[in-house]
Amino acid sequence: MLIKLGKENLHSEFVELIERISGEELANCYQCGNCTGGCPVSYAMDFGPREIIRLLQLGQEDTIKSANSPWLCVGCLQCYCRCPKGVSAAKILEALRQLSLRKGESHEEIKEIPFPFLKNAPQQAIVCGFRKFVS
Amino acid sequence: MKIPYYPGCTLNTVAKGFDTSARESAVLLGFELKELNQWNCCGAAFPLTPDNVMGLTAPTKVLVNARKEGDTVTTLCSVCYNVLKRTNKVVKDDKEKRSVVNTFIEEEYDGSLNVIHYLEVLRDKIGFDKIKAAIKRPLKGIKAGAYYGCMLLRPFEDMGIDKADGPTIFEDLLKALGCEPVEFPNKIECCGAHLAMGNEDVVTKLSGSVLSSAKNRGAEIIVTSCPLCQYNLEKSQKGLEGGAGGTQMPILYFTQLLGLALGQDEGTLGLEKNLFDVKQLLKERGI
Ligand code: SF4
Ligand code: SF4
Repeated sequence: MLIKLGKENLHSEFVELIERISGEELANCYQCGNCTGGCPVSYAMDFGPREIIRLLQLGQEDTIKSANSPWLCVGCLQCYCRCPKGVSAAKILEALRQLSLRKGESHEEIKEIPFPFLKNAPQQAIVCGFRKFVS
Repeated sequence: MKIPYYPGCTLNTVAKGFDTSARESAVLLGFELKELNQWNCCGAAFPLTPDNVMGLTAPTKVLVNARKEGDTVTTLCSVCYNVLKRTNKVVKDDKEKRSVVNTFIEEEYDGSLNVIHYLEVLRDKIGFDKIKAAIKRPLKGIKAGAYYGCMLLRPFEDMGIDKADGPTIFEDLLKALGCEPVEFPNKIECCGAHLAMGNEDVVTKLSGSVLSSAKNRGAEIIVTSCPLCQYNLEKSQKGLEGGAGGTQMPILYFTQLLGLALGQDEGTLGLEKNLFDVKQLLKERGI
């Protein structure tokens, strides 16, 4: 993958926003990969939690924006519990999700959610799903 | 003894059996789960980003109403427990957020409530020994996998229900009921959670790993304290031949198992809503 580095991406507004929303300092991550090792969903992510943090450290906004990773994070906190530096990749992924949702960009359209799911699923799955996926 | 109790929305609807089995078990053990006079949904997800104070308002409202009825509240659903306990800690420790939340909901709450899980009530207020003595129908030799999942335990520093490196509260209860708890590698792994909405493949894979992990260690049933884990683990076994984990295992709420062991009236157990019947297994074992 070709990565372009420059002042404009290393100190971008996007990266600052993610740090502010997540409350995490990206520089704290030293890329050991423990988070991805423990992440049950990394196999399905375009970029695992470690890679997402690296891409953010390098200010690769466009690459991150099209990644499915934030929408697949289940918030299980395995990453955070395993991180030797106390970094919460979960918070960073949540910040990416929040950034989209707060701009009004939904990940799921309510009218496309299958009726059997709405009828049979536990309420908590619906409430949580709406909060994570719907703007 | 009366313990203020927060059911939450799922236990009031699709997981009714979790609620009724718990209430009845309390009666048989000599106390009452007293439902809060007023409550609302906790929001079903603790807001992970610290700037999201809005997400704290719904659970704080629950805490405010609970505080009016005592200094302790108990709940059964792992997610409600996680959200309420973590929110309570934020309100207690973070002056600035406390003030914002209180202003918004027009209350004066200080975080002085003690949020405990029903498993903690059973362990700390009743005692597993006392439960053991009250058992009428020991579930002798039933190999049960205690599935903690995520929300009961993580983050360890906030939840503190048990030791981070190897919790045993669930297994200890199972032992008291006469079961043989089965230790399995995926007992604190995720079932796929809310990805049930829109990402069934991932749920089938994650729940499948939990199921096969338990089965490989000899589990005959899985016991949980979360309606979403229960749903995902059951659903992943449906339709597919032998299920995602190659299993057709009954997935029970711990209170259903407790109720069975206490000789509870079957009408309150809600077993008929479970996809895979545990009664067949009990019959085979002569229990
Ligand atoms: S475990 Fe922590 S330090 Fe290691 S890569 Fe992940 S976030 Fe970075
Ligand atoms: S919280 Fe998200 S990123 Fe972290 S381990 Fe769980 S699924 Fe992976």
